[in-house]
Amino acid sequence: MLGGDKIRTEHLTAYYGPKPAISDVTLGFAEHAVSAIIGPSGCGKSTLIRCLNRMHETVPRTRVEGQVVLDGEDIYQLDPVRVRRRVGMVFQKPNPFVTMSIYNNVSAALRFNGRPSREETDRQVVRSLQQAALWDEVKDRIDAPAVSLSGGQQQRLCIARALAAEPEVLLMDEPCSALDPIATAKIEELIKKLKEEYTVIIVTHNMQQAARVADNTAFMYIGKLIEFGPTEDLFERPKESLTEAYITGRFG
Amino acid sequence: MIHFDRHARRKLLSHTIAVLSGLAVIAVLYPLVSIVYEAFVLGGGVLFQAQFFTAVPPNACSALSCQTVGIGPDIVGTLILIGIASGISVPVGVLAAIFASEYRARGLGRAISFTADVLTGVPSIIMGAFIYGYFVIYYPTIAYSAYTGGLALSAIMTPIVVRTTEEGLRVVPNSVREAALALGITKWKATLRIVLIAALPAVATGVLLAIMRAAGEAAPLLFTALGSNLYPTGLGHPIGALPLLIYFFALSPYSNQVKVAWGATLFLLLLILIVNIVSRLLIHRMAVRMGGT
Repeated sequence: MLGGDKIRTEHLTAYYGPKPAISDVTLGFAEHAVSAIIGPSGCGKSTLIRCLNRMHETVPRTRVEGQVVLDGEDIYQLDPVRVRRRVGMVFQKPNPFVTMSIYNNVSAALRFNGRPSREETDRQVVRSLQQAALWDEVKDRIDAPAVSLSGGQQQRLCIARALAAEPEVLLMDEPCSALDPIATAKIEELIKKLKEEYTVIIVTHNMQQAARVADNTAFMYIGKLIEFGPTEDLFERPKESLTEAYITGRFG
Repeated sequence: MIHFDRHARRKLLSHTIAVLSGLAVIAVLYPLVSIVYEAFVLGGGVLFQAQFFTAVPPNACSALSCQTVGIGPDIVGTLILIGIASGISVPVGVLAAIFASEYRARGLGRAISFTADVLTGVPSIIMGAFIYGYFVIYYPTIAYSAYTGGLALSAIMTPIVVRTTEEGLRVVPNSVREAALALGITKWKATLRIVLIAALPAVATGVLLAIMRAAGEAAPLLFTALGSNLYPTGLGHPIGALPLLIYFFALSPYSNQVKVAWGATLFLLLLILIVNIVSRLLIHRMAVRMGGT
């Protein structure tokens, strides 16, 4: 593993109503690395990352036990709004604010969370769009509606929007599942670059994608963490027979 | 041949249904067309005189004079009453809808929707009578005033605003709320400045619908605004309104007052028609600019 853990879970159990979606997950995510979480549908991988920025609790009748430790502090002891400013998220389906322009989407966090100057906002919008590899495509129509972009561009816009909030950790919940292969390739390229500045955690149902982008990979099955380690080890020398069965395509 | 019979029967049925639908369309359109036609024929003459919009309503005909003059005080009165009613019902209705749709964890949200539905069905005269009854006991000096009239109209508008705003908010996809919250935007800012903005076309529709409904109501104003033939001098006094003028003058035995009632009817009809068309255009443009529905 590279460096120390930026964020880790300790005996994390998350419920929807009375039913736990993940149980007793203890897992550390290395700083400035890409960590992937893989597993079949319904294994709890999305629930897990939604606990890392306290989005899980925004759904009615949900509850979390255990700890999520960010830089040594349990985020469940902090203000959720502050946690989400430090831990950004990109969702499965591109969800730009449809009422806003490209510029206003990217600057949303800045504008709603503070009172930045116009120059400061401009600078941040350009920087975030460049980081998300979208700047060249939109620089001439920055005030166009966000919905005028293609699906792949919209997802990169959502990445830029998350980055503009200057998070330390970036969570990505199957960010490519609604995209075509070319858009997917662009976003994977981007993910590899983002780890220089951020700690990236990506949920994917696509094992090849995990193999391509992740330094570490966790395999989950029915709400439990089965195996976690350097991506190469997990795919080439899995310790658990369940992991081996999954990556060789015997189920899932 | 059976085959032929079936075919003929099907054809006959199809024609019958077409004819019946056509008759139903006529039945629906006939009242509207005849009201507009009648209002034009009987009220058109007075409406297109310049002083009609500014002069005060006429007294009864006497041996000396029989003028048809204007509806100025009632236009101003209706605007004031609608202004007061909107000032109450828009913020209250929108906030109640936000609570019902965005903070519905405690089951109170459902109670709000239910209450709004029931209130929509309460006859408007009861709203007026209730408000009159309350004020005449506790604040008798303003029982007949623009305040009570506006309040009575707001009781009619609020449930409409609540229901349409609620529907509008419900249509905003949850992914919008999640996107806002995940950026560390506080819940109230996300609700007011992102979710509500996305629902704005629906909110605007609701408000205009409510205004059009309230602008034509006479019943709740009978006990409250009371009506007046003079320009309003303050909000604490009885005040005129177009539907009240129509109600009183339509029953008048004097031809000049009946004529003014028709003129006011035509004016109210045209007003509602214009507000309807303009609001549709505006809302459409707003929805297009937002790049949505």
